[in-house]
Amino acid sequence: MDAHKLKQCFPILTSQPLIYLDTAASSLTPKRVIATMNEYYTEYPVNVHRGVYQISYKATERYTAARQTIADFINADYEETVFTRGASSALNLIATSYGLNNLTANDEIIVSELEHHSHILPWQQVAKKTGAKLIYVPLNSEGRITTENFKKVLSDQTKVVALTYISNVMGYQTPLEEIIPLAHQKNAIVSVDAAQAAPHKTIDVKKLNCDFLAFSGHKMLGPTGIGILYGKRELLDKLEPVEFGGDMNDQVNLYDAVWKETPYKFETGTPPIAEAIGLAEAVRFLQELDPEAILNHEIALKQKAVEALIKLEGVTVYNPTSETGIIAFNLDGVHPHDAVSFFDQENIALRAGHHCAQLIIQWLKVPATLRASFYAYNTHEDVDTFIEVVKKARDFFTSVGF
Amino acid sequence: MQQLENLYRQIIMDHYKNPRHKGLIDSDRYRTHHIKNPSCGDDITVQSAVKDGIVKDVRHDGSGCSICCSSASVLATLMIGQNIDSAQKLTDNYLNMIMNRPVDENLDLEDALAYQGVKQFPARIKCATIAWKAFEQTLKEWSDNDE
Repeated sequence: MDAHKLKQCFPILTSQPLIYLDTAASSLTPKRVIATMNEYYTEYPVNVHRGVYQISYKATERYTAARQTIADFINADYEETVFTRGASSALNLIATSYGLNNLTANDEIIVSELEHHSHILPWQQVAKKTGAKLIYVPLNSEGRITTENFKKVLSDQTKVVALTYISNVMGYQTPLEEIIPLAHQKNAIVSVDAAQAAPHKTIDVKKLNCDFLAFSGHKMLGPTGIGILYGKRELLDKLEPVEFGGDMNDQVNLYDAVWKETPYKFETGTPPIAEAIGLAEAVRFLQELDPEAILNHEIALKQKAVEALIKLEGVTVYNPTSETGIIAFNLDGVHPHDAVSFFDQENIALRAGHHCAQLIIQWLKVPATLRASFYAYNTHEDVDTFIEVVKKARDFFTSVGF
Repeated sequence: MQQLENLYRQIIMDHYKNPRHKGLIDSDRYRTHHIKNPSCGDDITVQSAVKDGIVKDVRHDGSGCSICCSSASVLATLMIGQNIDSAQKLTDNYLNMIMNRPVDENLDLEDALAYQGVKQFPARIKCATIAWKAFEQTLKEWSDNDE
């Protein structure tokens, strides 16, 4: 993969000096995704499933094709691929609908301290409302979820296993290939937060055999405001919608109504049409780039950066062994929010804070961290500059008395 | 300009490393307000004690970046001894300065002037204002309850 050439595909990387190391929060948007969405707004900017005129037909056709493209991308069926506002709303739908309707005080929900807030808070609410118990997989000394530790908390009471595929702070991959069959032996369902996996991992929901899986468009070269809920057909058929209104019903009577089949029963209101079409274009782009190649590239960059960082005095790296492009680190004695302004002045975009994952930050026993995340459009020169600025930042803060 | 920056930097670092009036006091003489910025982790509690219309004491505690913590210390130093009216005016002036709005040049913000550089870092405005907003809430409680 030629990252230099790839940079040319992203307007923000050609219009200003920027080393973007915050893809784990949001990826940049390529020209062709922007163009695809512009085309919708310019050439057929109308609603789907409603009009019977030509441009409405075209919008419906493109929107339908977009869903199929995304379904194929994760090896799901069309009916199993639900458009949502993002991974958060998909994960909330699973917890609210499946969780509240199926769990009781005798049940247990296995989660982890590596979860993003969007995969912990919905289940925390389910636990509060149903009396079900939240059980945390103990993390190993590196902060990983291991199959061994998962076995320790899996029980006959386990009804739901809600785990991240890849941690957004530590970059670790959860051994779901081993965990999912174990969960199924106990008849538990498995909900997977794949928001950090989808940008650089070929996801095969059939092979993985997860029951639910969610991801967001804006982390995988697509637009904001759209995400995907995957669910096994037999589960989605039984799952009640959580939002009601136009387009999701077949028949409306005075005192009851009949829902459409999945995926439509979960999608009330005018959907994010441009975003769906844009996300499908992002998926095609990702497939052309090849997720494996992206991952190998970002790991090479991360490795190079980590090797340099761990040699530096006054810098602590929390996840040197992560298997993705994410580095969680701190300049010793410098609050990450102070540090991040220094990087900002040098046109390096980093994330500082809790990363919407306060549990793992508490586990690390730090107030917050810096996070650098490398992606397809980062180059070896970006790593070199990043390391130089880390040294400059460390020296600057030492010089002013931190 | 460089010198100016250095001076300001010294004020901020001085209050960060040696915070004044730090530590909360458990007493009904104080009104207390807590603000947390969950995205970065700044977490500040500010107290004020007002008697006969005069700010007798200001206390603060919490954790966060240098801008956030030092500004709480600077705030306390500035406010003790002010009457409620000028405390509110100084707070308004400070917030206006940080947010790049017109300020009253006649009001002396003393060490708090150091934070005018923050407006060049819009992402840090929250850091520089969190303690002041907490203080403002305590003032509001005094005016609501006692006047």
